[in-house]
Amino acid sequence: MIRASGITVRFGSHAALRDVSLQLDPGQRLGIVGESGSGKSMLGLTLMGMLPSSAKLDGQLHVDGQDMSTAADRQWRSLRARRVAMVFQEPASALNPLRRVGDTVMEPLRLHLRLDRKAAQQRMLELLDETGIQEPALKARQYPHELSGGQRQRVLIALALACDPALLIADEPTTALDAHVGLRITELLVRLARDRGMALVFISHDLAAVARTVDDVAVMYGGEVVERGPVAEVLRAPQHPYTQGLLAARPPLDAGQLRRRLPVVPGNVPAMADLPLGCRFAGRCHVELPRCAATRPSETSLSPGRSAACHHLPDPSI
Amino acid sequence: MQVFLLRRSLGFLATLFAVSVIVFLVMNVLPGDPAVTILGIDSTEDARAALRAELGLDRPLWQRYGAWVWDAVRGDFGTSYFFRVPVSELIAERLPLTLPLAAFGMLATVTLGVTLGIIAAAQHGRPGDWAIMLLSQLGIAIPAFWLSILLVLLFAVKLRWLPPGGFPGWDDPVLALRSLILPTAALALVQSAVLARVTRSSALEVMRLDFVRTARATGLAPRRILGRHILPNALVPIVTIVGMQVAGVVTGTIVIENVFYLPGLGRLVFQSIANRDLFTVQALVVLFAAIVVTANFLVDIAYVLIDPRLKGRLA
Amino acid sequence: MIRRAPVNLWIGGALVAMMTAIALLSLVWTPYDHTLLDIPAKFAAPSAEHWLGTDQLGRDVVSLLMAASVNSLTVAFVAVGLGGAIGTLLGLAASAWGGWVEAIVMRLVDLGFAFPALLFAIMLAAAFGPSLSNAILAIAFINIPVFARVARGAANQIWTRDFVLAGQAAGMGRAALTRDHILPNIAAPIIVQATIEFAVAILAEAALSYLGLGAQPPMPSWGRMLSEAQTLMYLAPELAIYPGLCIILAVLGFGLLGDGLRDVTDPRLARTRA
Ligand SMILES: Nc1ncnc2c1ncn2[C@@H]1O[C@H](COP(=O)(O)OP(=O)(O)O)[C@@H](O)[C@H]1O
Ligand code: SF4
Ligand SMILES: [Mg+2]
Repeated sequence: MIRASGITVRFGSHAALRDVSLQLDPGQRLGIVGESGSGKSMLGLTLMGMLPSSAKLDGQLHVDGQDMSTAADRQWRSLRARRVAMVFQEPASALNPLRRVGDTVMEPLRLHLRLDRKAAQQRMLELLDETGIQEPALKARQYPHELSGGQRQRVLIALALACDPALLIADEPTTALDAHVGLRITELLVRLARDRGMALVFISHDLAAVARTVDDVAVMYGGEVVERGPVAEVLRAPQHPYTQGLLAARPPLDAGQLRRRLPVVPGNVPAMADLPLGCRFAGRCHVELPRCAATRPSETSLSPGRSAACHHLPDPSI
Repeated sequence: MQVFLLRRSLGFLATLFAVSVIVFLVMNVLPGDPAVTILGIDSTEDARAALRAELGLDRPLWQRYGAWVWDAVRGDFGTSYFFRVPVSELIAERLPLTLPLAAFGMLATVTLGVTLGIIAAAQHGRPGDWAIMLLSQLGIAIPAFWLSILLVLLFAVKLRWLPPGGFPGWDDPVLALRSLILPTAALALVQSAVLARVTRSSALEVMRLDFVRTARATGLAPRRILGRHILPNALVPIVTIVGMQVAGVVTGTIVIENVFYLPGLGRLVFQSIANRDLFTVQALVVLFAAIVVTANFLVDIAYVLIDPRLKGRLA
Repeated sequence: MIRRAPVNLWIGGALVAMMTAIALLSLVWTPYDHTLLDIPAKFAAPSAEHWLGTDQLGRDVVSLLMAASVNSLTVAFVAVGLGGAIGTLLGLAASAWGGWVEAIVMRLVDLGFAFPALLFAIMLAAAFGPSLSNAILAIAFINIPVFARVARGAANQIWTRDFVLAGQAAGMGRAALTRDHILPNIAAPIIVQATIEFAVAILAEAALSYLGLGAQPPMPSWGRMLSEAQTLMYLAPELAIYPGLCIILAVLGFGLLGDGLRDVTDPRLARTRA
């Protein structure tokens, strides 16, 4: 579904993503975790071809079997129309306030699938129903401001699913929602991905949400993937000091606390412009070695599908 | 919703009432004796007394105001002292010129202003944007009447494509429309400059909003996103400006009619000032002010129709 | 706070400085006496003696344009000053006392917007006869609601600041607070607005004089020069060009200067307008 290697995104001299590689098979569910500012959204937008115009992209990128490394906007648009879709963080403002939500969901059905009015309406109601909206016929006639946050996010998911995408990217879809509503949304995403055989990239800074939702996880720090692997293994035995810090700082898993912001690893994400030559985590790392500040650790495979980028990997055999 | 409409309607009526009071006071009370204003200071006391009796000026002020408003509500604006015909007849005669001119002017203003503003926003930071902003900066500084003179110099005096002024009447619609082309252009070019700027900055605001990103993420073409998502949302603040521009276009017609010698209401005002036809001017000023107030009232209502969020808040 | 003066500030400032200098110069010197008639020399083409030629009465066009600039600037100054002062006071009062004072002021403001300057000038001309002072009154009148709105908006923000609250706690009255704390702090937006309204006033004066509701003969005025030139369009079209250019330069100058001042004093606005 996705074959990306050496993805680098620059804003002028400063890199928001550095040498990121990613593999995703059809139907696979991948989580991206990391603190705010670590480049998660940039990665999502890269996969959608929706980087800001001031951003410069380098690297190899194949999406859905097509080479998109240097694709023109036209090609991206047809990909977004049919094959990949994205849901964003703020359901409150992500819907056109002047349109009935049903009309918003019908727009891609009419334009991309060329359904007639009646068929599009029928399909729209099915989609709303599939995403767990009660009384879809009634809700379809309402405006975004008349819906709750959770309902809006469901509408946005229905919109994303309209043309049966093979890949759905969800960028912190639960962050702006109440904890229990967020929980329902992640359950919905898992069910939809399973039922439809759709690949899912689930971006979050909430480790617990990621653990519930995906099979594999990539941990990002400072625009790089520092550790990846099956989610259960990464959580059980984190190898990278940053991941260890994230897990140690994790709040208790009771529902009331799930929404709390995670990262309490001491120190701050360095501004990308003045990042060290060596490991980006150097300076905040609790095991830092003398060479860490000078040489960049490369990604080391620990077991099939499991790797980390650090000079101090305790025991590759676990 | 009903409560809102009722409140706004009451406010509208109150404003109309206040406008009529102000006009009445400025024109009847401030100058002292209207009979002197009309006849001149060298008139005899007998002549003034006769005129007062004729126009009912010997009644107390509040009675005169009451009678004036009451008659006006029923469409009777009194009799023109100079033309010796009912003012309503004078107005009816000239409305078929002024109304289409104002309507064309408004139509052209909105079309041109919104189109240029949207193009500039879509081209944000590129040469197209710069060019449009430069033109509109210039358009704001150009006096409409001077632009009219330039248009006449070019299209009537030099190229002889269009008449330099005058109006042949609607008997021959083609001739009539031809003679309205330059006046409409003069009205719209200047007014649309402001609108283009407002449209541009409003559209730029909207472009930053999240739902535009959603629309992009669903693979919609830029043109469709601009037309169906950005433009409608950008229109919400534009509506206010359009309401204010009705005032600009209405007073603009007064000026433009005088530049192009068009026999409309604007020309009538100036003839009446020259003729010291006080009550004709009074009727026309109230009429123009009422049009402006009504336009702003309609804009208030239009808001609620355009923006469903307001409807919810007012329910 | 002021980082880099924007282009519009420079261009506007230069144009305004030039206009003001020319107007001041014309008070002591013009190439010719602009009232001097020289009928035989009428419609002279531009030459070394008459840089822009002469008009239908043989008057020197450059001298006329220079003398007329005084009229434009004076009218704008008096009208905006008068209307601005009244409007600002009303706005300050509305902000300071709130309640019914504010309600009444805001009603009046709404009402003021129902009368464009031209309508007001027409009323005054019909009642008192056309004159420049009536035009000034009309232009001043439309400035009242504009400034009342700006002053109230700006003052409302200052009233919540710590130093005002402190003054209030120390028992200062609303009038004293307004004089000592509010007024100095709303100077920037008021000056910006005044500059922009200056441009509007110059345009309005030109239009009113063109229509015969402003400057009366023989007072030189760009608007009046245009209405005379219009009747001579077939004979001397260039006479209709120069006064218009003067109006544009003056309006553009004050408009750009106002925009530029706003950009440097209100960076938040500047960003959304960029
Ligand atoms: N338009 C932009 N211009 C310059 N830098 C940007 C822009 N957008 C994002 N960035 C930078 O990219 C980095 C990654 O941001 P983002 O992907 O939004 O992080 P996350 O989603 O993980 O919170 C940040 O350091 C941010 O400063
Ligand atoms: S490379 Fe060094 S600094 Fe970086 S995470 Fe590993 S130990 Fe810490
Ligand atoms: Mg993000």
